[in-house]
Amino acid sequence: MLVTLFFTFAKIGLFTFGGGYAMISLIENICVEQKKWITHNEMMKVTVIAESTPGPIAINCATFVGYRQRGAAGAIAATLGVVTPSFIIIYLITVFLERFLEIQGIMNGFKGIRIAVGIMILDASINMIKKMHKTTLAYVILCCSFLAMMLNSIFSWGISSIAIMLTAAAISLVVSAVSGIPSGKKGEEK
Amino acid sequence: MIYINLLIGFLKVGLFSFGGAYAAIPMIRDIVLEYGWMDEDALMNMVAISESTPGPIMVNLATYVGCSRAGILGGILTTIAVVVPAFTIIILAIIFMEKAPKNKYVSAVFHGMAPSIIGIILATGLYMLLKISIRPLMNDTADIRPVLMTALLLTVFYGSRKLLKKKMSPILLILLSAVMGVIVYGV
Repeated sequence: MLVTLFFTFAKIGLFTFGGGYAMISLIENICVEQKKWITHNEMMKVTVIAESTPGPIAINCATFVGYRQRGAAGAIAATLGVVTPSFIIIYLITVFLERFLEIQGIMNGFKGIRIAVGIMILDASINMIKKMHKTTLAYVILCCSFLAMMLNSIFSWGISSIAIMLTAAAISLVVSAVSGIPSGKKGEEK
Repeated sequence: MIYINLLIGFLKVGLFSFGGAYAAIPMIRDIVLEYGWMDEDALMNMVAISESTPGPIMVNLATYVGCSRAGILGGILTTIAVVVPAFTIIILAIIFMEKAPKNKYVSAVFHGMAPSIIGIILATGLYMLLKISIRPLMNDTADIRPVLMTALLLTVFYGSRKLLKKKMSPILLILLSAVMGVIVYGV
């Protein structure tokens, strides 16, 4: 079973392009519909937990399924499975890329790709804004964090993004303690 | 000691990247720029490669930084570091299922962090795009190619979504931009 878990998740890791969300649909397909390792409801629940906890979403899901099947050992087997193909591929790329990048045509290609990367990051944040809890406090925090990070980048102040997040958490905590209602509900009552 | 810096850096990434890979990018950027492991160009090459290879993007990014700075051992360290927090948290969540999020103060912390990280990601993406497209305009050569390419790619990306009601896949966008780069800079 541990071996099956490892190889099932290695297959999932190898065949998903585009990261966590693409992977969730494949995990759903294989672990819920084909192998019936977990139920659809459990899968929904773990997706919600995965979104509100830190770290790679695919790892959260793999750990969950593995743990349900075979406890801690199963969790480790599934997690290792999902990580192994990535590891091998990226390792090989880092070994060969430096030489590869010296070719003028390839370098030009990568100059274009940088624009695509910027667009994808921008688009990810726009999607997140659409799904966000829309409260006044949330918008204030979003704007302040945006400004702080933007000025930080432009003037190279060296403030870490984690420091900005922790400040936001502290502000939200204070607001929630002072107002006596959970900050998430604040805007809805106005 | 590079191994310790890699380990601690990526444990932090694994612990604070709420919302997946895009939340991790600003943090990884902090780390690689702080230690001088990469410049912005190398960072963006890495993001593109991690996007277009299979597997979890955040794991790809971690493995990449580790392997390129400190070989296979570095890669193993960063991969473990970025995975361990998520792994531990899910097992705790299964054991104490749904108890924690109902606590008022825990949920206040989450509600504060979520919009903050969105602001951080938005700023990172926008800054990268502006730096690529606007900065070359201010050089002596006043290179307008990057800003034109950016405008064109944005139009294609969002235009195709409006027209086809379907999001353009990141891999297709990367391929398109690569072809554009080869043509525009090569000719």
